[in-house]
Amino acid sequence: MPLELTVNNVVTTVDVSLDMPLLWVLRDILNLKGAKYGCGMGICGACTVLVGGRAVRSCMTHIGTVVGQPVTTIEGLSVDGAHPLQVAWEALDVPQCGYCQSGQILSAAALLAHTPHPTDAEIDTAMNGNLCRCGTYPRIRQAIHHAAAAGT
Amino acid sequence: MKLNRRSFLQMSAMTGGGMALGFYELSWSSAQGLGKLPDLTPVSFIRIGSDGIVTIKAKSPEIGQGVKTMLPMMIAEELDVEWSTVRVEQADLDERLYGGQSAGGSTSTPNNWEPLRRVGAAGRHMLVTAAAGKWGVPAAECSTQAGRVLHVASGRTAAYGELAATAATLTPPTLDQVKLKDPKDYRIIGKSQPGVDTRAIVTGKPLFGIDVTLPGMLQAAIEKCPVYGGKVKSANIDQVKKLPGVRNVLVIDGTLALGPVTAPEPGMEPGIAIVADTWWHAQQARKSLKVDWDLGPGAVQSSEGFAKRAEELLKATPADKVRSYGDVDVALKSAAKVVEAVYAYPFLAHGTLEPQGTTASYKDGKLEMWTTSQAPGGGRALVSKALNIPEADIIVHLCRVGGGFGRRLMNDYMVEAAWLAKQVGAPVKLLWSREDDIAHDAYRPAGTHGLKAGLDAQGKLVAWQQHLITYGDGKRLAPGAGIGADEFPSGLAPNYALYTSAMPLMLRTGYLRAPGGNAYAFVGQSFIDELAAAAGRDPLEFQLEILSATPMPVQENRAKGPRDLNPERLKGVLELVAEKAGWANRKHTPGRGLGIAGYFCHQGYFAEVADVSVDKDNKVTMNKVWAVGDVGSQIVNPQAAESMAYGGVIEGLTQMAQEITLDAGRILQTNFHQHPLLRMRQAPPIEVFWRKTDYSPTGLGEPTLPPILPAVGNAIFAATGKRIRTLPLQRSGFSWA
Repeated sequence: MPLELTVNNVVTTVDVSLDMPLLWVLRDILNLKGAKYGCGMGICGACTVLVGGRAVRSCMTHIGTVVGQPVTTIEGLSVDGAHPLQVAWEALDVPQCGYCQSGQILSAAALLAHTPHPTDAEIDTAMNGNLCRCGTYPRIRQAIHHAAAAGT
Repeated sequence: MKLNRRSFLQMSAMTGGGMALGFYELSWSSAQGLGKLPDLTPVSFIRIGSDGIVTIKAKSPEIGQGVKTMLPMMIAEELDVEWSTVRVEQADLDERLYGGQSAGGSTSTPNNWEPLRRVGAAGRHMLVTAAAGKWGVPAAECSTQAGRVLHVASGRTAAYGELAATAATLTPPTLDQVKLKDPKDYRIIGKSQPGVDTRAIVTGKPLFGIDVTLPGMLQAAIEKCPVYGGKVKSANIDQVKKLPGVRNVLVIDGTLALGPVTAPEPGMEPGIAIVADTWWHAQQARKSLKVDWDLGPGAVQSSEGFAKRAEELLKATPADKVRSYGDVDVALKSAAKVVEAVYAYPFLAHGTLEPQGTTASYKDGKLEMWTTSQAPGGGRALVSKALNIPEADIIVHLCRVGGGFGRRLMNDYMVEAAWLAKQVGAPVKLLWSREDDIAHDAYRPAGTHGLKAGLDAQGKLVAWQQHLITYGDGKRLAPGAGIGADEFPSGLAPNYALYTSAMPLMLRTGYLRAPGGNAYAFVGQSFIDELAAAAGRDPLEFQLEILSATPMPVQENRAKGPRDLNPERLKGVLELVAEKAGWANRKHTPGRGLGIAGYFCHQGYFAEVADVSVDKDNKVTMNKVWAVGDVGSQIVNPQAAESMAYGGVIEGLTQMAQEITLDAGRILQTNFHQHPLLRMRQAPPIEVFWRKTDYSPTGLGEPTLPPILPAVGNAIFAATGKRIRTLPLQRSGFSWA
């Protein structure tokens, strides 16, 4: 059925069933490949996007539930990588394989929007649902602090 | 510098290629490294525009280990250009042009260090020759600096961009004749460069295999039997074909033949493929798929059965001797103290965050593929054989890979995608679900070790006997399931014996990051710690004494090479990590402790100290890790090298809490909640130090991992007095906090 979505500030209509996960609408209908499939169960966080500014697991989010709410993907986080987190991520060369990183950055963005100067414990809690198979956690933490400091 | 096919020199086979049987080397007779230099030519790798932009090809699959950045750095250094002028392009599969293009065995650095620097130097040579010719001066009077050729005597200079077209017409020098820089003049190597894809990653560009999109592309999922090798008897195919978005439903008979040993590439697994408009539609349709499986002989297998058989084999006379010297029985009988232990660890799944898959398009007898394979050359050969398509008619593009870890040395998903593309007549993107990925992995083999060692009255090691219960059929062991004759402390213990006994396994096994080492370091270094405790000695001091023994000569009576243990280098990293961690002054507080371990594998030496706290519920908190690595004279890209150390340590910690178990032939773990990854809050601060030594640089993908498991086990012992001999932690009564 036709559904009106607002993704990265662009209003668009998609014709999909209401229970199609947001992840696959983004990837296969809207051709936004930033959000990734890692587990399909909301465990790994590779599919994380922002809906109304909140970090959600798009693999577990039915498209019907995001109608009328702004969706932000990694592609829409900034113009050309200028978000302080993206800048920090580059400065510290955070990614290894890179597959989890869209989700990591968006979870971190939701955290900083809410808590501009998070403690390590607050970072741990906010990022707990974003798994990294390669072990970039130390650099992610460093980049979040770096971005928080730059935001002052 | 245009690509000039006539200037390609004949490629010679590279001994380091190591395709089909993987990178875990069991015998000392395996490749010593490259030997003869491959005949590579700069025009394959380097393109210089008149604007001075230098495009360098990245030859190998980028799986997160940083080679897409690091290997071009080697070329750029010797070419003598500014790194800021370099643009890196991923090469397609073409081993005539690029040499071996696999990623694994921590071989990218050692195998490419000479050839790629020489490729860069050869390019520089051609540019100098072009300038000298243009100016009518001897080439020997010319020099280069950051992308320009200079003739200081006459004050003339020319940018590489102006010279490139002429240079491309020249005959390249042979690689052994080019002059290399003095390392003290390095401007790129040894300085941290950001990953060439980092900007694209953080802005969500479609880089990975899963991101490939082609016009008219369909997407596929394959339902396979929950028991390995089970076949389709019947299924409600007609019903599923009618479901939304489904285009095709195909039965794969497969080419698997089950036996006591499952080969690394055992043939196509049977199953039912659903091809649909989107992968989600295929997955939805799978929910309605009802298959009557012939489970096959694998259904009798269970972890309980394996454990029982291991117990029997441990009590029996070992089946095969890997190595022995001296007289272990006599030495044990006369030992002042004998320590015995049984160590065990489970099967593990790789769990690459991007599941397996490949995209393929078949038209008019020609196949084109976009893959995440770590061994694409072997993959193309496998596809060619499986589908009877000449290799010359198969183009393979290399995508960025969402984690390799040794899983993608196997190419089953390439064959599946190609088969589907040929059947369906449209481009097909195959994707495995996470459940598929865990259920159909090529697992790190489980194992059980019976150990017995003797100490003399001074607490010195006099005998070491080790019996590995593993998988296989007699001497023919399952992939990744063997143990090398050089496994520590082979060659150093005064009396030594290493045996294996094997049981059949109808399941795929393979190579998980640091194959062998990821298990054997835990066993050996924990047992060393036990022996030290039994001797009332400091474990570091106990181990340094072993490493100071006069080593037995190499078995095949050849000169030692980089794949043979150099005890001084292992001592070096152990001593340095102990110093960094304050080992000598460590406190003995209940509930908190330090553990130390060191290991040599994949040509690299690493020693690690773990600082843990353990609470009354046996929950373990990682406070800190110190890691010291010796991989020779250069750390090519320091920031990326440090990432590899973080990665190996964190993966080792993850492995300690994972297991794959079977019941009635079915894998019991289905997703990450049952095969968990370490979380950020559990990852300790990690301090990494490099001990540079005067050896040719070697790789970092793997040697960082093995020591962390025993370092943690030994730290838990220091903290609690409890010895961990069985992994995962949970089976020894512990867990991560």
